[in-house]
Amino acid sequence: MIDSKRLTHLERLEAESIHILREVVAEAEKPVMLYSVGKDSAVMLHLARKAFYPSPPPFPLLHVDTTWKFKAMYDLRDRMARESGMELLVYHNPEAQERGINPFDHGPLHTDMWKTEGLKQALNLYGFDAAFGGARRDEEKSRAKERIFSFRTASHGWDPKNQRPELWNLYNARKNKGESIRIFPISNWTELDIWQYIHLNDVPIVPLYFAEERPTVERDGMLLMVDDERFPLKPGEEPLMRSIRFRTLGCYPLTGAVESTAKTLPEVIQETLLTTTSERQGRAIDKDAGGAGMEKKKQEGYF
Amino acid sequence: MTDTLDDPIYKTDALIAEDIDQYLEVHQHKTMLRFITCGSVDDGKSTLIGRLLYDSKMIFEDQLEALQSDSKRVGTQGQEIDFALLVDGLAAEREQGITIDVAYRFFATEKRKFIVADTPGHEQYTRNMVTGASTADLAVILIDARKGVLVQTRRHSYLAHLIGIKNIVLAVNKMDLVDYDPAVYDAILKDYTEFARSIGITAFTPIPISGFKGDNITGPSANTPWYTGPALIEHLETVEVDQVSDQEKPFRMAVQWVNRPNLDFRGFSGQIATGTVKVGDAIRVLPSGKTSTVSRIVTLGGDLDTAVAGQSVTLCFADEVDCSRGDVIAASDNPPQAADQFEATIVWMADEEMLPGRPYWLKIGTQTVTATIQQPKYQVNVNTMEHLAAKTLELNAIGVANLSTDKQVVFEPYEANRTLGGFILIDKITNATVAAGMLHFSLRRAQNVHWQATDVSRDFHAGLKNQKPAVLWFTGLSGAGKSTIANLVEKKLARMNRHTFLLDGDNVRHGLNKDLGFTDADRVENIRRVGEVAKLMTDAGLIVITAFISPFRAEREMVRQMMQPGEFIEVHIDTPLADAEARDVKGLYKKARSGELKNFTGIDSPYEAPEDPEIRIDTTAMTAEQAAEAIVARIIP
Repeated sequence: MIDSKRLTHLERLEAESIHILREVVAEAEKPVMLYSVGKDSAVMLHLARKAFYPSPPPFPLLHVDTTWKFKAMYDLRDRMARESGMELLVYHNPEAQERGINPFDHGPLHTDMWKTEGLKQALNLYGFDAAFGGARRDEEKSRAKERIFSFRTASHGWDPKNQRPELWNLYNARKNKGESIRIFPISNWTELDIWQYIHLNDVPIVPLYFAEERPTVERDGMLLMVDDERFPLKPGEEPLMRSIRFRTLGCYPLTGAVESTAKTLPEVIQETLLTTTSERQGRAIDKDAGGAGMEKKKQEGYF
Repeated sequence: MTDTLDDPIYKTDALIAEDIDQYLEVHQHKTMLRFITCGSVDDGKSTLIGRLLYDSKMIFEDQLEALQSDSKRVGTQGQEIDFALLVDGLAAEREQGITIDVAYRFFATEKRKFIVADTPGHEQYTRNMVTGASTADLAVILIDARKGVLVQTRRHSYLAHLIGIKNIVLAVNKMDLVDYDPAVYDAILKDYTEFARSIGITAFTPIPISGFKGDNITGPSANTPWYTGPALIEHLETVEVDQVSDQEKPFRMAVQWVNRPNLDFRGFSGQIATGTVKVGDAIRVLPSGKTSTVSRIVTLGGDLDTAVAGQSVTLCFADEVDCSRGDVIAASDNPPQAADQFEATIVWMADEEMLPGRPYWLKIGTQTVTATIQQPKYQVNVNTMEHLAAKTLELNAIGVANLSTDKQVVFEPYEANRTLGGFILIDKITNATVAAGMLHFSLRRAQNVHWQATDVSRDFHAGLKNQKPAVLWFTGLSGAGKSTIANLVEKKLARMNRHTFLLDGDNVRHGLNKDLGFTDADRVENIRRVGEVAKLMTDAGLIVITAFISPFRAEREMVRQMMQPGEFIEVHIDTPLADAEARDVKGLYKKARSGELKNFTGIDSPYEAPEDPEIRIDTTAMTAEQAAEAIVARIIP
């Protein structure tokens, strides 16, 4: 007698992601996982540990750092690298470092140099031909159309008009000279799926996702956290303690917080479900260049 | 319009607010349904998707504000929300080129999570629809009640059925515009039933709806008292997906990766395609046929006793059995077959047409082999289902053809097993995915034609002649000097008592290949036959010299693969086009320039120069005599 078992939506998503991770490892020469320490990265890393257990995931983690992430993110990053038994590569764009590029004085240049340029430099430096990223299709318009295996030219450009058809679970990982692949194993997950999975599997995440009293200032309608002494306060500006949490995490001066009292995962999920604005609303990056901001960034080589 | 907003079917806000733990408990047990919506924009597809997203509150306030202002500004529904704008808002970018493509959208109810593949319906996007359909459990085919069954309806139904979607919903839309008249609905149903039966669709679920007004979307509509079936969402929430029937099939898992962290552990990782597996089950590894039993089913969360189709697992065996990526682990008493010749349906997806005889990579499950396709038996007219004669398949064409592979492929008919029956073809030079295919069955030939062993071996033949067989493959533009230099080389070798044979392009076309013309497809076949003849001659111990333009890299590579390692010597007779044209010994360039001669290499047909030939002869730097000497010196040290 056969015990039939209906897989839940999370079980099906997990199996699909694990399949993708293994295909890449089997077919790519030198894969790497882009690790941004956010909740999506946390789930992607957890899936990788599952996919290759009892081996550690057979690729390193790469953090393209801007030096402006929240302190709590650096702490979790180092802890997860230790626990997973994976090599952690941290890359800083030397030019951005030398010129002291920062989000307060340099606007969009900050993201361009540290993240977009930094990522290209890191991939070239190590010669990675396949890089996992934690992007999801429900996040943003241009991502909804991106393949799970997304090819980049030698200069890391994305050509949305020239994507390979992707049928069944058959992925064509063959690439031309100089090309590299970005792979998005959690493409079909939604924000709610991510939260539920973290809840069910006790996936470690940065405490900033939970509400706590934190020093904040309000700028251009965004609540920013004063995470360290580099935050230049304007005359008369005084950090105010507010109970806040973050829906997404990036560079602390660019990431808007929401006022919240959600201290546990179920409470966070509760707030997420009852919320009325989309997740990326807290990100300054999408607002550059109007609605096409992300698409343009991707064409230039942003992940 | 606001009636459905508070509909409890989607999101129980009250429960979320009152008891989030209870809510999460309910939602952990949700299943997933992936579906595709078909129908052109006029059939109300965008409106329907927009409504599903809106009703399930997947549209956030910031997006809704934009939608409301857009509706008033450019909408077609007066002051009401125009849901189509939500999807067509993306379509505006399509104008710039990205969205002639599958877009995936997500929503959830309490019972299920849904992934909708939104694909364009026009004929020129057949490949996109097939792509979206390949992962779908169900297809919603929309019909405009005012228009009835159209050519597109037939095409979409055919494609959905072709890709093996068993659950088909016929959504007769815009019922509000025909006054909810049951007679209109019944007439459409009768038409469609007849058509569906003719293409082999045995069951489908018809639902009268209005995407715009919301009738029979989330619950029964008062406007259609004569309809007693489920509303669309109810049906999507409860329809049985293939997963369960897949679990009832015999066990099969394609091995993706061998997990070997240390000497004490050896596991085989993959996603179970069909069936279930338990610790202690007898298994067979294919194509080798070796057997063992499952000793462990390993996951990070602890070992499992049993695993089912759809799960990604790692299996350990009781015995040391040879098993690697590309192998298939199957139930020992009911394994799949292996073969190297098949009949298949092929959907061509590339701008460059299919070339019968050209070798492509074929990826099926985790196996990658080289495959060549024969001239199609027929092509299907996707609008009328007629079978048409075809020499090749162009972009978006669907046809049936035989194909052969260079290695045994473990397979099952696509109908029985998508993972072991569905494949993609990859161009060996550009690495693009050029086609998708579905295996029907293996051809008897593969089982009944065997190699006959001969007692006089190829080494013996070569030994008698006291030489090492080789193929000197000359390639270059017409008029480059291939035949002239090849002739000199043969004369020099003959003087050195070497046994040679010169295959010349023009001569071969008078006999062996006189049925072939100069289209790309015929050029490929021309080279394939010459390659096979050259191979037989090397088996006989000869040094073969060939002089063919052989313009395509892929075919030269194909011939190289036919030969023993080191026996294929590519000789590029490199002459600038201007020089060859200035010489124009046979007057062919003149004819080609005037348009009298079509498909002429270098003029209106491409020449792909070798990237890394064994020998390159620059004819601007040496005479034919010097060139021949240089070539002979390279092969007779």
